Amino acid sequence: MATVSASNIVKRFDEVLAVNGISLAIPDGEFVVLLGPSGCGKTTFLRIICGLERQTSGDLVIDGNIVNDVPPRARGVAMMFQSYGLYPHYTVRNNIAFPLRTQRVSGTEIEKKVKWASRLLGIEFLLDRRPRQLSGGERQRVALARALVREPTALLLDEPLSNLDAKLRASARQEIKQFQRRVGVTTIYVTHDQVEAMALGDRIAVVDHGRIRQIGTPTEIYDEPADRFVATFVGAPPMNLLTHNGACLGFRPENFLPREMMRDGAVTEFWFRVDRYEYLGSERIAYGTIEGFDSTQFITAKLPARIAEESVRPGERHLFAVHRQDLRYFDHDGKRTRGH
Amino acid sequence: MVTIAEPGTKAASRFRYILDRRETLGAIFVAPAILYVLLLVGGPFLLAVYYSISAYTIYDPSWRFVGLVNFAQVIQNPVFLKTLGNTFLFTFGSQLLGLILGKFGAFLLMRPFAGRKIVRALIILPWAVPIALAAVAWEWMFDSLYSVINWSMIALGIIDRSDAPNWLGNPHLAMLCVIIVNAWRFFPFAIVIFLAGITSIPQDIIDAATVDGAGFWRRNYQIVLPLILPIVAVGLIFGIVFTFTDLSIVYLLTNGGPINATSVLAFQGFQVGIVSGDVSHGAAISLFMLPVLLVVVIIVLRFIRRREV
Amino acid sequence: MQRIVTRVAGEAGFYLAIAFFVVVTTFPFYWMLITSFKTNPDLYDVTNIPFWFNEAPTLEHFRYLFEQTLFARWLLNSLVIGLCVVAITLIAALPAGYSLARMTGRNGEALGIGIFLTYLVPPTLLFLPLSRIIANLGLQNSMWSLVLVYPTFTIPFCTWLLMGFFKALPPEIEEAAIVDGCSLFGAFVRMVIPLSLPAILTTVIFTFTLTLQEFVYALTFVSSSAQKPITLGVATDLVRGDIFFWGEIMAGALIASVPVAIAYNLLLDRFITGITGGAVK
Repeated sequence: MATVSASNIVKRFDEVLAVNGISLAIPDGEFVVLLGPSGCGKTTFLRIICGLERQTSGDLVIDGNIVNDVPPRARGVAMMFQSYGLYPHYTVRNNIAFPLRTQRVSGTEIEKKVKWASRLLGIEFLLDRRPRQLSGGERQRVALARALVREPTALLLDEPLSNLDAKLRASARQEIKQFQRRVGVTTIYVTHDQVEAMALGDRIAVVDHGRIRQIGTPTEIYDEPADRFVATFVGAPPMNLLTHNGACLGFRPENFLPREMMRDGAVTEFWFRVDRYEYLGSERIAYGTIEGFDSTQFITAKLPARIAEESVRPGERHLFAVHRQDLRYFDHDGKRTRGH
Repeated sequence: MVTIAEPGTKAASRFRYILDRRETLGAIFVAPAILYVLLLVGGPFLLAVYYSISAYTIYDPSWRFVGLVNFAQVIQNPVFLKTLGNTFLFTFGSQLLGLILGKFGAFLLMRPFAGRKIVRALIILPWAVPIALAAVAWEWMFDSLYSVINWSMIALGIIDRSDAPNWLGNPHLAMLCVIIVNAWRFFPFAIVIFLAGITSIPQDIIDAATVDGAGFWRRNYQIVLPLILPIVAVGLIFGIVFTFTDLSIVYLLTNGGPINATSVLAFQGFQVGIVSGDVSHGAAISLFMLPVLLVVVIIVLRFIRRREV
Repeated sequence: MQRIVTRVAGEAGFYLAIAFFVVVTTFPFYWMLITSFKTNPDLYDVTNIPFWFNEAPTLEHFRYLFEQTLFARWLLNSLVIGLCVVAITLIAALPAGYSLARMTGRNGEALGIGIFLTYLVPPTLLFLPLSRIIANLGLQNSMWSLVLVYPTFTIPFCTWLLMGFFKALPPEIEEAAIVDGCSLFGAFVRMVIPLSLPAILTTVIFTFTLTLQEFVYALTFVSSSAQKPITLGVATDLVRGDIFFWGEIMAGALIASVPVAIAYNLLLDRFITGITGGAVK
């Protein structure tokens, strides 16, 4: 287990700047999620950390050593790939033992470690099977066991849940978090799924166009977005943005409620015209426009489902409001500002 | 905790992990193949060019530079001009025949029927079996006395025993024979190439064309043909290169005869350069194949580039 | 009624056309087969129907081939040449194919095309200088000259074939091995080679058949009978003076053809993928 820190990492593929100066310091044992849209450079950055790609410039330090020119095998990191990268010609047992074999660990030690890792993940009964005989969930556990078995300096995960169906995903998420807590390994997790990021990360780094837009705890990312990109990338539906004289005013859909539901505190009022509703069981999403602002901008409000549709009818304007402390301001560059 | 290989700051890590660099190991990996090809294809090729502009023979291995004299002498030889003509006739005659048979054969094999696999396996034989051996079988079939072809024609009453053709002894027939044997050898390859092209077309496209009202011929010539053109072109290029530079069929069937009627460039190069030992003139003759090869190579490169775009 | 007639006629025409193609392609081989089992009096009598045995079939030609000629030696020569060329080809083409597929990036693409193009350089352009090089190496008239020269076309082709195959292999398995502590070379040996065994086997068989098919270099470099590979021996060495021993020649050709024909049919699809790899996809 170790600290991982990157300073000003740049990766250029011919003309494309995949990573454009990422700096990130991860203390020992932390779970960091790199969250961003596909093609934002997060996977490239992960591959640089494990050594599969060499950065164009910048320094990478693992456990206090500069590892820029150290090949993956000497970095001591483990990686779990999107499609797991299990060795099809080995049994599960040999898959898990492989990272130990390459380090010339003794046979009895290997046996002990394999037993430990497979018990940790509850896959002892699969040890003599081959990867193609396993289900998706089992494959994921084997890959995790293989990654954890040699107690890596850092565990890197590249969208490990994207090959699982939606049902399995929630429980797999829980498991990964649980093992990470138990083993205490420094973990870097790449995903484009904000739910995964929010559920797993001690901290989340939101990445776009090869840069970190913001790094912080899930609460910070959600409540105090550093810029318009983070504000609209995290949250479903995303934060509402109203442009006004070049600057920008933002508020979350769940904070945008009919005036009569607000009790005390300072509020800002808007005339909201609901266009249509989307019923999601626990809540109702209203889509509409705010009077006085550009009507091509759709504004969403997340209302508790118990509010009858009749109280705010589609087509009619209704007075809505947002608590002042829930308003976020952005300047014309999209950066967060303190107020008016 | 398992000790993992010691961190890299200790050693002068620049060279320590040199084999872990993709570029370095990649260069080492590709080097043996490149060296082999450079030494035994590139080198000899340059040597061939040099021979053609020197006065080198195996009896007088001097490296005296004579410029284009060899080429000039070669061109003035009427046998060479005939050879050049023969080479083109041989190449394009057999390729044309091979393509027609190939297209027709592929058209037949497209349709599923019982025993298609066996038929395909049998049809592929002329291309698979070593051409030297097949050529010997054809030589026996064209035998002046015991030709099975003549026997059949006599039995069918098409010709009379007295004027049975001497296939390999008559200049015109001999050329026809080598063309037929070469076409016979190549058309299975053409079939396979056509089939590979056709099966690579998604059925959706054909179906869409049918739904859009394209009839059989329109489907064939406006949809299928343009789509399989690249693959057919590559096949044709192979055919042209290997036929244009081939020696074995002519050598075994007719030995260039009768009276140079079937002499082709490769055969002349062999006769002059190897049999007579006049290396420089042989090389000059062989090098006349180069312009055609270059044109073909350029076409190949263009097709490969088009695939990349 | 008329529709049925048209239909039947169409079907008959179809199968007739198929039959025509099969006869055209296989007749020379049938002719090999029947000739090699016929007695000489049966062969050289124009009044006999040539398509079938007019006298009882005989193994005489095969016996003669193995006892009175160097046929067995040629078989052995071809086997030795083939195995050596296979070994050289694998040693050069396996790493080269992998390198071009995975390790050399853009340059690799150009290099791969370059290597492939050398496959198009014909033996008849190179045999003159090569024969001088072989003479200087003291390999003239020796089958070892063929062991040296055959890789010039098997390496390019097999590099190209293997490159295509390696490109289709998912990179994650090698990458996982590399992160799990393998060197690049280790990942190649422990992951890539075991996972490519089918492709390697194809390459082996293919290289072997290519050496059996080759004729021009063998003709140019080897003239002493005992050193000839089988194709050359059968095609040029069974003629005594002006007399062709057709029974023996056909028997020899038959024996040499059968394994190649079988191998080709087994590998046809892979071969096509290799040869057209540049044109499709």
